[in-house]
Formats: sequence, C-alpha cells, structure tokens
Amino acid sequence: MALAHLVGPVAVKKTPSGIAGFDQITEGGLPLGRPTLVCGGPGSGKTIFAVEFLVRGAELGEPGVFVSFEESAEDLASNVAALGFDLARLVEQKLLAVDYVHLDRAEIEEAGGYSLDGLFVRLEHAIDAIGAKRVAIDTLEVLFGTLKDDAVVRAETQRLFRFLKERGVTVVVTAEAGADSLTRQGLEEYVSDCVVSLSQKVLDQSATRYLRIVKYRGSNHGTNEYPFLIDCGFSVVPASSLQLDYQVSIDRVSSGIPSLDAMLSGNGFYRTSTILVSGSAGCGKSILAAHLANATCARGERCMLFAFEESPSQIVRNMRSVRLDLQSWQDKGLLQLRATRPSLYGLEMHLVSMHKAISEFKPNTVILDPISSFMSAGTPHQIKAMLVRLFDWLKTQQITGLVTCLTTPQTREETDVGISSLIDTWIEVRDLEVAGERNRALYLLKSRGMSHSNQVRELVISNAGVSLADVFTGDDGVLVGSAKSTELRRRAREEQERAADAARSERLLELKRETLESQIATLRAEYALHEEEVQRRLRGSRDIAEAARADRDSVAQLRTESGSRANSAGNLGTNHGDRGVT
Amino acid sequence: MTDDPSRAKTPRPFSRVSAPQLEDDTERWNLRLYVAGETPKCVQAFQHLKQICEEHLQGRYSIEVIDLLKNPTLAQGDQIIAIPTLVRQLPPPVKKIIGDLTNTERVVVGLNLVPIKPETRRAK
Repeated sequence: MALAHLVGPVAVKKTPSGIAGFDQITEGGLPLGRPTLVCGGPGSGKTIFAVEFLVRGAELGEPGVFVSFEESAEDLASNVAALGFDLARLVEQKLLAVDYVHLDRAEIEEAGGYSLDGLFVRLEHAIDAIGAKRVAIDTLEVLFGTLKDDAVVRAETQRLFRFLKERGVTVVVTAEAGADSLTRQGLEEYVSDCVVSLSQKVLDQSATRYLRIVKYRGSNHGTNEYPFLIDCGFSVVPASSLQLDYQVSIDRVSSGIPSLDAMLSGNGFYRTSTILVSGSAGCGKSILAAHLANATCARGERCMLFAFEESPSQIVRNMRSVRLDLQSWQDKGLLQLRATRPSLYGLEMHLVSMHKAISEFKPNTVILDPISSFMSAGTPHQIKAMLVRLFDWLKTQQITGLVTCLTTPQTREETDVGISSLIDTWIEVRDLEVAGERNRALYLLKSRGMSHSNQVRELVISNAGVSLADVFTGDDGVLVGSAKSTELRRRAREEQERAADAARSERLLELKRETLESQIATLRAEYALHEEEVQRRLRGSRDIAEAARADRDSVAQLRTESGSRANSAGNLGTNHGDRGVT
Repeated sequence: MTDDPSRAKTPRPFSRVSAPQLEDDTERWNLRLYVAGETPKCVQAFQHLKQICEEHLQGRYSIEVIDLLKNPTLAQGDQIIAIPTLVRQLPPPVKKIIGDLTNTERVVVGLNLVPIKPETRRAK
C-alpha cells in the first residue's frame, strides 16, 4: 500500500469544500483526509471558512466536528446565524458536533509532565459519535498561549495531526497570521499539505478581502490573490479561468432593435458574446442596453442589469419614455435591476458581489451600465483586470454580456486600449452636431465572427421607440436630424418640379400634335373642296367640249353621213373613265 | 455529574479514596483526577496526589479518578485537554492542575493547601 504511492503517480485525492469558488481555484477542493491550514489576521474570516467547510460538508452528507478554542457553541451559532447557517439544526441532525474547549490560563497550574490526551479523547469521541468526515479546529494556537510548556504543546500538535491523518478526516485548522511568518506559532510546520492565507487590504479607503493558496502539496492550484466576499458564507472569485477554453455559441440573440439586428448580418449578437456600447453622454447607451434587456425577457430568458448611476425605479421610469416596460419583466421575475454606487466598495468587491448575484439569479444576459463609472474606483489597469475576469467568467457561464462605457474624445483611447480586446461586438454611438442640433450616429466598430454593416446609421429616439435610420451624405458631409429632413424635403421638391416639368412638356407636345393634326385635317378638307371644284370645272368644260363636239359631229354627220362612226365610239370610252375617278 | 455510577469502575491502580463523614462541609476536599488509561504519568500522578493529600489533608479529602478512555463524555464538563489533570471541586473555587504532579510545591500552591503562610511561599 505504501509502495503504491512510490511506484505510480498518484494524484492527491480531493474533497470539495463546498465553498463557492474555492474548489475551482484548488481544482477540486481540499486534500482528502489531510489537514489544511487557514491563516489570516484578526477578522479575516478564518472562523467562517472553518464553519462553512463543515456546513457545506453536512450538506454533502459528511458530518463534521468543530473544535472551538475561542467561542462557545452558542456564541458561534449566533455569530454565523447571520450568514444563514443553522448550526443548532445540524447538531440536532447529528451532522455537526461543536466542542468548545475552554482554557483559562489563570485556572490552570502545571505541575509535572503531561500530554494532551484529554483533547484527543474528546476529539475521537466526537468523531465517533457522529461518524465525522471533517474536523475544523479554531484556533489551535490558543493552546500555545495557555500552556506554558511549549515543547509539549509542539510535540502534541504534531501528534494531533498524525492522529487526524490516521483517522482519515479532512481537517481545517485556523491560525493567526504572524508578523513575518504565515502563522504566529509556526503551525505551517505541522500542516504541510495545504496552506490558505486570508487577508484584507485597504485601497483608496475601500477594503477588499483576499484569499490565496500559499501551498498545495501535489496539486495544481491558482496562485493569485483571489478576492472574496463574506455574505451568505464565502464567495471566492477565481481570478480568471486558467485557459481560454470556453464553449462558444452560434446561436444568435436579438438586440431588441430590428434595424440594429439588420446591421449585424440580420440576426443580432452571438449568444455568450461580450458587447460594448460606447459613446458620449446622452447618446442612448442605456437605451440600447435596455432594449437588449427587453428582448432577453421577451424571449422568456432572464436578464440582470447592474446600474452604477441610476436607481432601479429611475431606469424603469426613463425607459418607459421609449416604450419599454421593464416593470412588467421585473414583476415576472425575469429582470433584476441592481443599483450600487461604484464608490461603495472596491473593484474586487464589486466583482465578487456581481459574481454572487449572477450565480444566484442565473441570468442569460448581464448588463453593466456603465463601466466607466468604475474609473473612480481604480486605475485603468485594475479595471481592465476586473473586466477580464468578469467577461471571462460570463463566457464560461454561457451568459451574454453587454457593458456600456461613457467616453469623451480624451478617454476614447483609454477604452480602446483597456478593453477592446475583450469585446466581441463594439457599438459606438456618437453625437453629431449639424445645423444647430445634436443627433446620434451609430456604427459598428467591430463584430467578431459575422459580417456586419459598415454604415453609419442615425439612432432615432422618440416617444415611439428607437430605430435606426439611414443617414444622408450630402455636399456638407453626413446629414442627420432636421438637416436630413430639410435635405429630404428639398430633394422631394426638386423631384416634384422635375415631374411637373415633364408633364408640361408632354402636354405641350400633345397640343402641338393635336394642332398639327387639326391643321392637316383642315388642309385636307380644303384640298378636297378644291379638288371637287377643279373636277367640277373640268367636268363642266369637258361637257361643254363634248357638247361642242357633239354639235360638231352632228353637224358633220349632217354634212357627211358616212365614214365617221369609228371616231365617235373611241371618244365615248374615254368619257366613261373620267366619270369613275370623280 | 458527580453521581455518575460508571465512575465506580475505577481501574485498580487508582483505588478510590473516600473521606470520612465530616460535620463541617467547608473542610471537605473533593479532588478529581482525570486520566486516560494506565499510563505511567497517570499512575504517577495518582501516587503523588495521594501522598500530598495524606500529608496535608489527612481524613478530609476524597479522590475520584475518572478514566476518559472509559467515559470520554466527561472530558467536556471539566474542560479537560491535558492528561493527567487534577481538579479541585471543593472547596471552591475550582482549581486545575495539569501534569504528573511531580512538582509537589506547585501542587501545594496550586491547591492552596497552605493557606496560613501564602506570603512566604509567594516571596520565594
């Protein structure tokens, strides 16, 4: 059995602590069946860590023993009741045993050699009584302060850990941090498997709690200082996942504004992508954010909006002006608005509290409005570090994130450098001042993984809602707002005039044609009349000539009766033809 | 707690020492020695204690030996962590002396066995 450890690589077995975030940092939790040292200064959360370790263990069906050197069972129970831990119930269910070891230095006289068998007996009895798998000792150092024989205490401490290892229980031992060592009494010498350090730092008047894994024998672990929150127990936020290996989605989600979706190849954002809406003051960033929230809720999904400048009721009221009814989504429990002042606490605490809120609500979309207000709470580098962690985490949780950022021409670059690399889709809204008015122009700076419009659109915000309109490029550049409508009207007028012109020319032409035709008709009539007249005259003269000839003929016939018949017949034929034409 | 019947089963090296009936209860000394099995330290402590009591409290004391291996639940009541531990139940206040009681002087001082000359003891 012992050889097996030497022969093959045997990974350290771990047991989940159940403390939010901690198991991720340690890639599985605490070393199973081994002691872990949790050290930190006063008020750093050592006891709560130890209690939560047992409470979560009880939830996982692992009973635990809490050996308290500092607080009585009653005090302990009432202290952690505020965190939502009901120790009395756990004790009743035999999932927890609290042994308060009260040592009064004034009461104890030492006369000769001794061992700490009493403690061992108590511990063993408690472990056996409930079949404990976990033990927390808070804090062992009290022994060093109470008992004078340091050598005995050290030897017994060593024996205690050996004993606990033999029992195979997972142990959390707390210890006070020393001035320049991890613990005041050097307990780290005895607990060599896993050491966790808790601290609290004050930066710009806001305190943040940090947790760090100092050591974890035989295991990988995150080495950073991780901020944590004590609210309903511990919440540790992993600094950032160790790899860029989150799952991406090809699913698309609507931005809530159809014309904006159209710019994003018609389907809106990718689910789980990170969206930045940047722009100057009052250009409609929050409105865009609210539309995404509205669209999320309309799909029956959950949305969480963190506001850093407005109160929830103010947001609801303001969005009503663009026909968004956020209240109804709130009532249905699909939308949660959380407003905090950025200066309320440090960046890390913001991160931790957001982390916690998101973990509890499990939204599909998270909105931060705006992140620029954090500028007052940290340096750009710190803000970036925080956002990296937040975005990273949102991605691993398959959450679509939208953040807004207030920019001025000066800070625009900062945004650029700061978080551009984290953003999948970047929408910029800028104000355009043309012809004595201010209008909003929206365009896409980037949108990873999809074809997207390169057009500048005008963001039109009115009582009827929000829409995007095509902008006009006139002789004076981009035209928006009333300048655009003036231009539109001018163009319409021109068009009208042109149309009228054409109609008039057409009419004129028609008139001319009609005139021409009537003239032709008149001429034709005149001609016909004239022709008739001419015919008539010709006929008249021919008749006269005929008559004359007839006269002549009759005369000639009278004169020469024979020899002229043939001539007469020929003339008659000609006369017939003429009559046919007229 | 003192009426626990299981306490009667004291191991052989720790023979129970009962005090005779005394009219004045304030003079009565009730001592309790916590042990964990028959380790040399525990046996030694009992012998030392008996010796000291015979010397200073003859006829006015009782020694009750509690083996925590047999009655582990009793450790919590008197807040025992060290073995052996001697607890002075009577007269009040409760006093605790830990160790094998080889340092007789400490035991005598710790139990306040010589109340008449405390000044000289302390000066020393």
